[in-house]
Amino acid sequence: MNGRVIPIEPAGGPGKSAAFEYLTTRKDELIGWARKFSIFPYPFVTACCAMEFMAVSSTPYDTDRFGAALPRFSPRQADLLMVVGTVTHKQAPILLKVYEQMCEPKWVMAFGVCATSGGFYQNYAAVPGIDRIVPVDVYIPGCPPRPETVIDGIMQLQDKIARSQHLIVNDRF
Amino acid sequence: MGAEILDRVMTRLAKGEEARVTHGILVLDLAPGAVADAVRALRDDFGFDMFLDVTAVDWPGRDPRFDVVWHFYSTKHKVRVRVKAGVPGADPAAPSLTALYGSAAFMERECHDMYGIRFEGNADLRPILLYEGFVGHPLRKDYPKRKEQPLVPYREEAGP
Repeated sequence: MNGRVIPIEPAGGPGKSAAFEYLTTRKDELIGWARKFSIFPYPFVTACCAMEFMAVSSTPYDTDRFGAALPRFSPRQADLLMVVGTVTHKQAPILLKVYEQMCEPKWVMAFGVCATSGGFYQNYAAVPGIDRIVPVDVYIPGCPPRPETVIDGIMQLQDKIARSQHLIVNDRF
Repeated sequence: MGAEILDRVMTRLAKGEEARVTHGILVLDLAPGAVADAVRALRDDFGFDMFLDVTAVDWPGRDPRFDVVWHFYSTKHKVRVRVKAGVPGADPAAPSLTALYGSAAFMERECHDMYGIRFEGNADLRPILLYEGFVGHPLRKDYPKRKEQPLVPYREEAGP
């Protein structure tokens, strides 16, 4: 469940060689480069941050430049879970179910201060940060975040994806 | 036109101390047992045809501890009226108005969630905003401000 960055198979064993190590690094780079420009977000939109999400998705800021424009409204087709807005305790089981339905590799973005820490909702109703429920890769502060902040968050996530190791890279590939 | 109907309401339903005008709204302070009849009169005889809301106020240390507050609106006369009833903290119960106004059912459920007021006559007081298994009533003054009752167990290590 925590395997959002999937470690490569340990390279020890009979197939280990300097050439394999070198190729693995290069292939990780290649796949990372491809993956970071094909993010398919699932917008888990619960509150007012949705307006900012629409603003950043549409023409003036245009997240399509980062390959992250096309929302998939099924978690099974998405690899980036964007949690946009306050998550209440009553909603937490739904968030967890959506997260568990997503296929690996998957990333989670906490969009706005409520998803990040609960914001000013420190009470009986709100989850104080979605990282209590699901692992989070990138936090975007702000109430709501400026579009520039969101784009910065997407770019940081891209860097993280590009630097990751990818399970499909093994000694047969 | 509005003032005239309020005068008639005041004469008919309340005597002296029980009725006053605050913030431009007529307030009727009634005993819980008198609410149902008074509201029936408001609806049938004075045209207060719209149930706006029901909520409660918690006064810790006061007896009776809770005030249950209803608001009604007359779409004909364009005036509002507020009905209040004090109920004890030990067993807070108020009459349900579902027989008079269908829309009272959900709002009474919310008030029951938040303050634990039992509305006698409302057959369905399941949680509406809270969830099954929630212990206590979060808008009471003695509910700890930051007490959480998570449905999903928290992860061991929070953070990235």
